[in-house]
Amino acid sequence: MDQNTKVTPEIVKKHGLSEQEYERLKKALGDREPNITELGIFSVMWSEHCSYKSSKVHLKKLPTTGPHVVQGPGENAGIVDIGDGLCVAFKMESHNHPSFIEPFQGAATGVGGILRDVFTMGARPIANLNSIRFGSPDNAKTPYLLKGVVAGIAHYGNCMGIPTVGGEVVFDECYNGNNLVNAFTAGIVKKGDIFKGFASGVGNPVIYIGSKTGRDGIHGATMASDVFGGGNEERRPTVQVGDPFTEKLLLEACLEAMKSDAIVGIQDMGAAGLTSSSFEMASRAGTGIDMDLDKVPLRETGMTPYEIMLSESQERMLAVTHVGREKEIIDIFKKWDLDAEVVGIVTDDGIMRVRQKGKVVCELPIAPLVHAAPVYERPIKKPGWQDKVQKLDLKKIAEPKNYNDTFKKLIGSPNLACKSWVYRQYDHMVGTDTVVLPGSDAAVMRIKGTNKAVALTVDCNSRWCYLDPYWGSAHAIAENARNLVASGARPLAVTDCLNFGNPERAEIMWQFEQSCLGMSEGCKQFGTPIVSGNVSFYNETGKDAIYPTPAVGMVGVIDDISKHTTQFFKDTGDVVILLGVNTNELGGSEYLKQIHNKIAGNPPHLDFEREKSLHKAVLAAIGRGIVKSAHDISDGGLAVALAECCMQDNCKMIGAEVKLEDDVRSDALLFSEAPSRIILSCSGKDADLLLTIAKSFGCPANIIGSVGGDKLKIGDLIDVGLKDIYGLWSESIKKIVS
Amino acid sequence: MKFGIVVFPGSNCDRDSFHVPTKVCGQEAVYLWHKDADLKGVDCVILPGGFSYGDYLRCGAIAKQSPVMKSVIEHAKSGGYVIGICNGFQVLTESGLLPGVLMRNTSLTFICKYIQVKVNNKTPWTNKYDAGEVITLPIAHNEGNYFCDEVTLRRLESNGQIAFKYHGENPNGALADIAGITNEKGNVLGLMPHPERISELILGGTDGLRVFESIISTKK
Amino acid sequence: MNAKVYVTLKTGVLDSQGKAVKHSLETLNFKEVTDVRIGKFIELKLEGVTKSEAEKHVKAMCEKLLANTVIESYKFEVSE
Repeated sequence: MDQNTKVTPEIVKKHGLSEQEYERLKKALGDREPNITELGIFSVMWSEHCSYKSSKVHLKKLPTTGPHVVQGPGENAGIVDIGDGLCVAFKMESHNHPSFIEPFQGAATGVGGILRDVFTMGARPIANLNSIRFGSPDNAKTPYLLKGVVAGIAHYGNCMGIPTVGGEVVFDECYNGNNLVNAFTAGIVKKGDIFKGFASGVGNPVIYIGSKTGRDGIHGATMASDVFGGGNEERRPTVQVGDPFTEKLLLEACLEAMKSDAIVGIQDMGAAGLTSSSFEMASRAGTGIDMDLDKVPLRETGMTPYEIMLSESQERMLAVTHVGREKEIIDIFKKWDLDAEVVGIVTDDGIMRVRQKGKVVCELPIAPLVHAAPVYERPIKKPGWQDKVQKLDLKKIAEPKNYNDTFKKLIGSPNLACKSWVYRQYDHMVGTDTVVLPGSDAAVMRIKGTNKAVALTVDCNSRWCYLDPYWGSAHAIAENARNLVASGARPLAVTDCLNFGNPERAEIMWQFEQSCLGMSEGCKQFGTPIVSGNVSFYNETGKDAIYPTPAVGMVGVIDDISKHTTQFFKDTGDVVILLGVNTNELGGSEYLKQIHNKIAGNPPHLDFEREKSLHKAVLAAIGRGIVKSAHDISDGGLAVALAECCMQDNCKMIGAEVKLEDDVRSDALLFSEAPSRIILSCSGKDADLLLTIAKSFGCPANIIGSVGGDKLKIGDLIDVGLKDIYGLWSESIKKIVS
Repeated sequence: MKFGIVVFPGSNCDRDSFHVPTKVCGQEAVYLWHKDADLKGVDCVILPGGFSYGDYLRCGAIAKQSPVMKSVIEHAKSGGYVIGICNGFQVLTESGLLPGVLMRNTSLTFICKYIQVKVNNKTPWTNKYDAGEVITLPIAHNEGNYFCDEVTLRRLESNGQIAFKYHGENPNGALADIAGITNEKGNVLGLMPHPERISELILGGTDGLRVFESIISTKK
Repeated sequence: MNAKVYVTLKTGVLDSQGKAVKHSLETLNFKEVTDVRIGKFIELKLEGVTKSEAEKHVKAMCEKLLANTVIESYKFEVSE
């Protein structure tokens, strides 16, 4: 767009601004028309992706504070205190739309973006996780998207040398037209060494750092605020290409530069690149910025102000240093062969002023424009179909005749199968901190030089969120917490990616509101505030929206690393103990879907008190050092959970024989996904102590069997050789792509 | 023994390779910057894993041109110890310190997992292992498929230069199951598996530690 | 002056990427494809050298950096 392009109503519309929004913009500018560059900047700043205009009123209800919260939402990443002067900085972010258009680069740049968010805070990233969701395994696009997304995540994370240690991979028809890629990064930073995105100190230089600016990704942020269909898939040129090599240099150079006290503030250039980084930094500090576009390192010739300001070229940052200290910072970046140029200066007039060839091409009053940002209270309506899908009459569900066959079908179904085809492509050991590798409930990362470890997990049952967004979302929090507890960690805080359909539809907003309320309650119950995250709307193609998918990432701490656990049974003769209660609830289960082709019912009942007593009991038992394995029961129910205790991805297997005496129907006994249950194992001599500990917290606990042999036997219902099911379980994902 | 860990732009196992000799083995170590030809008097150079220079063009191809590599080559030629792990192995073959080349895995995917290797304990890098001992080491690479011509292979075999062979499963298609080789004198080792990733019990084992202990034991 | 450099795997060296592409072409019903070899194409822009100097230099570039002659062969064209 040439700087002289006239702003017509048509151009305004093309930029996705409504008439009212355009009027607001003009008013905030002091009753004048914006020029094309200013319009471009605002189409991005006020896009759903950057402005949270539809979600803000609901996000405000989420708990975001706590004694251990050092930084809540609003910065590049959230930060929690883990003691000993150390903090964990972490965030999860979506890159859904770019990954659908170009899965490899879309996923790769998603990882690149979230890594930058974490290391701009001064933290050295220690682990990546991700939540990725695809359409049905037999959908024609699924193999292509799965291969591309996994290879893209691997490419970026592996090259950066940040281990990708966990996550979730889910297949469901509802993602046929909109796959989801949510990338999570956690880093460690000393409490006194945290950096923030403030452009403070009038007269301080503003420095551009990293890759040169090209024409890539212009209007990525507005793309993320659009519904697919009607030719949008062809927006290929707007997809950015990632260069993890440059980002690795950027990481090392930034951390080196941050060791000096020359840097005042620093921020990643993410969506909307130079625009949002400079605008946000000045806005936080209450200052202005005067920027000269002739100084910006460019990759292409003849770039207009519009293109430079809106480019989403990757691997770039904006920093403000103390005046007079710019050279030492620039020298560090030059040492790492990166571009670093002073492109502007911090001013006191609260105006974002951009020049090119001596002419002012953009002049925006920051505070009035931030103040004028639209916030919508969108209409909300419970969908007409909601009550209907919750109806489930178990009497009409015929119990299988042969449970061995049913079990084999489930264990080999992609959602329950081993995900090693995925995580073997990720370097999950680089950094030599990964104590618990992918495949267990939570990843555990040691922190060198301390006795501590951090446990990380990402989870969400979106089918439950579809059936009941409130309780489905509350379950997502509970399950993450349970995963951490099973690894021996105390849950601390949450990051979330809220993936939903079109917010301009009242039914979608109802789902969103319910989901926020459910998560909110869950977070309050477990004392795990939400410290970072993002919202991704418009995940729908034609009329079909995805299931509401509030992907939740949770961080926990293990104070004594020797007291961590994995889910795998260890030794023959060990006792298997079930904590929690088996119920008849089958609503929304993988069993109903896979075996009865039914998506119906209510998610199982979640009793917060029962869940909390389970957590206390398990942590106390692990703390006593008597727990040999701990595994939470979730997707696929008790039978699948037991199989997961028996089998590791490297052909390591040990059998188990259990007997269950609950008064519930057999299919529910085996496959109900009722929460608040964990399977423990311990040596026989510790069993009584373990039961006593559980009971002291009011947590039901029963010995259900023992470890040993080469079979999994569950009462007289299931009797399978582990070798027979290992192949079904471990090869399932590979079959989708070959 | 004094170790020097080379840092190329894109190296990402440099800190791991520093950690084991110092924190686990109690030796001295320094980082060696790629633009700097000074080896700071180290006894053993470690070329760490990672993606040196982005692995652009070919893995290790650009790294071999760096100032530090000129010194590393001299150091190796005068009998000094050099170990190249993963990307470091690729740098060693590209710079001609070791014969052959590492091609793309036959699976065409990056592979990160534990594998078993059989050790030839007749090298300075493996003297703490038993003859023919089978150990477990992690691999993490996209280009680990070792290849050389037949004459070279015969020479590697007859000179006892094959230090590690994949045992049971060959993960990447490597010729003759080769996981690691030394030069003729034995002072240069290149291997695809990462011994530094399995040198502490908390990480699941210490099968890799003896590579470091072996070389340290050669210094009287 | 422009140089076009083609780097390919030597005959006899297994090209796993080429093999995968061949397989994929077969499944698309291009049965006539009997072999696929994948290589690199490198374009160089040169200044201040004669054509014969350029040819000499590009050969040296291939030997020293652009190709790994253990497994790769190369050819190039220099044009004004």
